[in-house]
Amino acid sequence: MTATPTLDQKPAGPPPAGFGLDGKRRRLADRAFKLAAMASGLSVLAILVLIAVSTSQKAGPALRDEGLGYITGSRWAPNVDVFGALAFISGTMIVSAIALALAVPVSFGIALFLSEFAPRRLRQITIYVIDMLAAVPSVVFGLWGLIVLAPWIVKVYDWIADTVEPIPVLNVLFGQPVTGRSFFTAGIILALMITPIVTSLTREVFDTVPTGQKEAAWALGATRWEMVRGAIFPHSRSGMIGAVMLGLGRAMGETIAAALVIGSSARLTLHLFGSGDAMAAVIANQFGESGGLHRSALVAMGVVLFAMTIVVNMVARAIAGKTVSAAPVRGRR
Amino acid sequence: MTAPAPVRAPLDLTATNVQRARRVRNGLATAFVYGSVLVAAIPLGFLLLYVIKKGAGVVDLDFLTKDIPIVSRLPGPGMGPAIAGTLLITLAATLMAVPLGILAAVYVTEYGQGSKLAGAIRFLSDVMAGVPSIVMGLFIYTIWVLSFGQSAFAGALALGALMLPIVIRSTESMLRLVPNALREGSAALGASKSRMIMTVVLPAALPGITSGSLLAVARAAGETAPLLFTIGAARHVNLDIFAGSNAALSTQIFANAQQPFLGAQDRAWGAALTLIVLVLVLTVVARVISRRFTLR
Repeated sequence: MTATPTLDQKPAGPPPAGFGLDGKRRRLADRAFKLAAMASGLSVLAILVLIAVSTSQKAGPALRDEGLGYITGSRWAPNVDVFGALAFISGTMIVSAIALALAVPVSFGIALFLSEFAPRRLRQITIYVIDMLAAVPSVVFGLWGLIVLAPWIVKVYDWIADTVEPIPVLNVLFGQPVTGRSFFTAGIILALMITPIVTSLTREVFDTVPTGQKEAAWALGATRWEMVRGAIFPHSRSGMIGAVMLGLGRAMGETIAAALVIGSSARLTLHLFGSGDAMAAVIANQFGESGGLHRSALVAMGVVLFAMTIVVNMVARAIAGKTVSAAPVRGRR
Repeated sequence: MTAPAPVRAPLDLTATNVQRARRVRNGLATAFVYGSVLVAAIPLGFLLLYVIKKGAGVVDLDFLTKDIPIVSRLPGPGMGPAIAGTLLITLAATLMAVPLGILAAVYVTEYGQGSKLAGAIRFLSDVMAGVPSIVMGLFIYTIWVLSFGQSAFAGALALGALMLPIVIRSTESMLRLVPNALREGSAALGASKSRMIMTVVLPAALPGITSGSLLAVARAAGETAPLLFTIGAARHVNLDIFAGSNAALSTQIFANAQQPFLGAQDRAWGAALTLIVLVLVLTVVARVISRRFTLR
């Protein structure tokens, strides 16, 4: 590509037929195109700065009013202008944790299926299924979760609650459900939604494992599972963690499905079968009928959520980025 | 290389039960791997069946064309304004995000190779891809809706902001697949860099760029959160994108799902079926394009 500038410097003589512009105008057009491309690239920076500035500004009044109490207080009472978002922050973490606990083993399983276990035919079908899962809009998951899943799964919750009744700790986590709309239902729906992304990221990592290492494991007489444990997992560990973190970022920001099935009650609780609320869901459910300081407090929630997802995504990239560069070295260990 | 388990050989080499333990473990792992595919596929199957079963009873020509009823308690069509709104908003978002995203990717791959600025833009588009969709909604609300009111355009801005990083990422990876020989050939013929990009590089990558952009469009068409505070709620078709509130399938599903009335819920199922079909068509077209014309 270094050849281009020199070529551009000598458009002396008539320009070749078909190039309608003479040298000067050509160079000008070239420059203009480059500037347009650069400006488009910089628009990303501009948008991110605008997001940070405009939302922080709007969040200002609520944050000034509440101070640190905004993230440490657990009382959310818009009618008396008290805004403590702790219950929602913990709700977001609880739901994301449930979603990860359910989705991660399944996603790793599907990724292994696609890269090592599947017969050719089944692999193609599975890829379609995962594509389809990724294509279903989140509001449709929410609709199904609210109208179909929640009323049905409450019976399962009932049964589990009865079973763990005498066990300490567990009877707090899995207490009697009221309705099917709960942290756990939201976690299930979010798990379905983040499975495609975690699966495809993990699969990309699995596919970078050198064939030589897998063949070496086979040659030592390993079973398929031993090959996976001995050759694939050690090579992919950081990539797998990165995929999980990106899934976590997705789960935290997921709004609509959670808003429909989480039950919307501002309580600081560990009762997973009980109704609760999460940050994004609160914004979606309350913003329309809010005003003044309440609205500012909801924008502030968006700012906190934004900050949390950025941190999670950065950590994910920091971990997953290392795999790529360190891969050859790890391979020789 | 990390030694697989069998290297730690048991002392009793004749013990067949050791072999059996390995076989059992392998069998369990295989069962787990197959099982996880089922665990993902079964809820998806139920969901699709339910949407089709419930939606098919509702969707007809009236449903697709008539206005949204004023009294949500009553059964009956339609979703016409929401369908028009979804198409309009998504189209406007596409027209903004796709050219901008492609140009940004061109800068990163063709002009900025190795430069700090290009690296920063790549990194920032990764950051932007992680912004929760509800935050995009809040963002457009604060910078646009507060001054200019709710409209299809405001919704399109929010969706466009969501699409932009996806378009940049997918275009970038497609441009990287274009062989350097093509660029060198074009340069050897005396083409300027912009001409090379417009007539050689972009056309070569076009199928990939198209399919990546279509996937971004499909994703945007199904989004709800960015539209909640930006487009308002209209019951009639509004083709003016800059003025007046509008409707979208996703926000209609969200609103109707929360109604206790069967009539409203039926409309939610019908809208869900319509939206899924729309998104699936976009996804399938994208897959077909990328499979037909894959650069290798």
